[in-house]
Amino acid sequence: MHFPKELKYTKTHEWVRFTDDNTAYIGITDYAQDQLGDLVFVNLPAEGDELTAGESFADVESVKAVSDVNSPVTGTVKQVNEELADAPEKMNEAPYEAWFVLAEGITGTAELMDAEAYEAFVASEG
Amino acid sequence: MKLIFERSMPGRGTAYVPDLDVPEAAPDFAQRERKLRLPELPEVQVDRHYTELAKETRGVNGGFYPLGSCTMKYNPAAAEAVAALPGFTEVHPLQEDATVQGCLEVMQLAEKYLAEITGMDAITLQPAAGAHGEFTGLLLIKAWHRSRGDTARTKILVPDSAHGTNPASAAMAGFEVVNIPSDPNGYVDLKELSQRVGPDTAGLMLTNPNTVGLFDPNISEITRIVHEAGGLNYYDGANLNAIMGIVRPGDMGFDVVHLNLHKTFATPHGGGGPGSGPVGCKAFLSGFLPGIRVEEKDGKRCRSEAEARVGDVRSFGGNFNVVVKALTYILSIGREGVPATAANAVLNANYLMHRLKDIYPMAFDTTCMHEFVITLEHFKEETGVSALDIAKGLIDYGMHPPTMYFPLIVHEALMVEPTETETKETLDEAAEGFLAVLQEAREHPEEAHLRPLTTRIRRPDEVKAARKPVIRYDFGD
Repeated sequence: MHFPKELKYTKTHEWVRFTDDNTAYIGITDYAQDQLGDLVFVNLPAEGDELTAGESFADVESVKAVSDVNSPVTGTVKQVNEELADAPEKMNEAPYEAWFVLAEGITGTAELMDAEAYEAFVASEG
Repeated sequence: MKLIFERSMPGRGTAYVPDLDVPEAAPDFAQRERKLRLPELPEVQVDRHYTELAKETRGVNGGFYPLGSCTMKYNPAAAEAVAALPGFTEVHPLQEDATVQGCLEVMQLAEKYLAEITGMDAITLQPAAGAHGEFTGLLLIKAWHRSRGDTARTKILVPDSAHGTNPASAAMAGFEVVNIPSDPNGYVDLKELSQRVGPDTAGLMLTNPNTVGLFDPNISEITRIVHEAGGLNYYDGANLNAIMGIVRPGDMGFDVVHLNLHKTFATPHGGGGPGSGPVGCKAFLSGFLPGIRVEEKDGKRCRSEAEARVGDVRSFGGNFNVVVKALTYILSIGREGVPATAANAVLNANYLMHRLKDIYPMAFDTTCMHEFVITLEHFKEETGVSALDIAKGLIDYGMHPPTMYFPLIVHEALMVEPTETETKETLDEAAEGFLAVLQEAREHPEEAHLRPLTTRIRRPDEVKAARKPVIRYDFGD
């Protein structure tokens, strides 16, 4: 299980990678994809959609179930990774490269953890 | 096993129908660009092909079918015989009332009994399935708030143990969904509920007993909190089989309910449907009900429509013949049979749960209602064998697997609902099968991943089927 140092993490298993103070990529963690199993579908937001920290902005579907993906930040969707819609397996194969959206105009965040804290959090959940 | 297209042999079709001996009259614009590519086989080969497919299916007729949350009870043959009477099949909804008095009486009686069982004042038979009923019920709630000029109520509260259709129906009806967490016992968390209700609450959707098979002891308190905040309470009737004739949603504080005739009232289910999801409501909502209302004037029954009706959700009177079967069932089991059915459904579930609980860990160690939930979370950690593997293994013991990975709040869940129509002997046999599968999985975990061993298709590749579905025959061009 990987926990890249440069990322921040949420308790609901999303990662966020800030490119500057107001802009960030968002995805789901290695632990999330492992728990969900093989992902077969992703429902992505549209460019320009508002994101609210802690609220669902996308959902992913595995063979088992459909799960919400919560936004780690409050902001606006600048860009959507449409590639994921055609290749949902990328979320399993390379969860930290398979970003969902690029968020801009970030004005706030959910409670975020660094890699070490998230790793400990995952260990306590399991 | 071959597909029917692979069995096709050009020119070998069945020629009971004589060749066309007059010129084809279809105008050019209606001509196909090329001939329809239908398989060509003698009738007997077609018959054998589908019989072979039928043998590969599993139904209630073939064996124990404890699919949790689905109430796969046996559908009595008498209901089929009644529904096949020409007076019910050789009629058209546009016939004049005077010529369909019997059909209207069926609708009137079904509405009366379903209203009595649920504690509601009026029923529409129009919705064609459970989720369709949910959608209809939510339209009633919306119409009622709007009729009072209250447009601020945009949110529907849904507990996290709800059926997945609840949030979906609420979203379809244009509401925002607010999730209410469960407490550690699997009940609605009252504190969280109190914090989340408010002037924007349109209503609450709840099933009781809930999806983990527990009757929420705080039900009156829950519906009171929602009512005091100005919202309405919607009862998802999916689990009515556990309580019918014993307690009524109307007496628990619910304003709207839907019923699944294809679950609780023993009409065919799944591929054997169609379904029927009547919606009941309290009198103050009855003016919004879609579909036709049956009234009696001068000893004659006639159809009318409610004034403020939300609009048809399906054509005419819904799946009428399903209602005929449900009414036959209600009249067959009678006043004593309705609560006895619920009692036996609960007894059967508890009997099977107690036969299994020493070996299979239960998600909630308490008396259950009509179904119970097993959690194989620790078993998977110890052995690597998942709930999916065990479910597949049960097929080798002649059972349809229980519901898996639902409800979501229980990890590695198996949800078992035996229903009242199974005998003690069947339950004993099933229990032996459950115990054997788990025992074998513990001893030979690697084999558990390969199950089922006795079916023609062992494990379909569900991931590939979802990611790259092939849904039409490839003619190779």
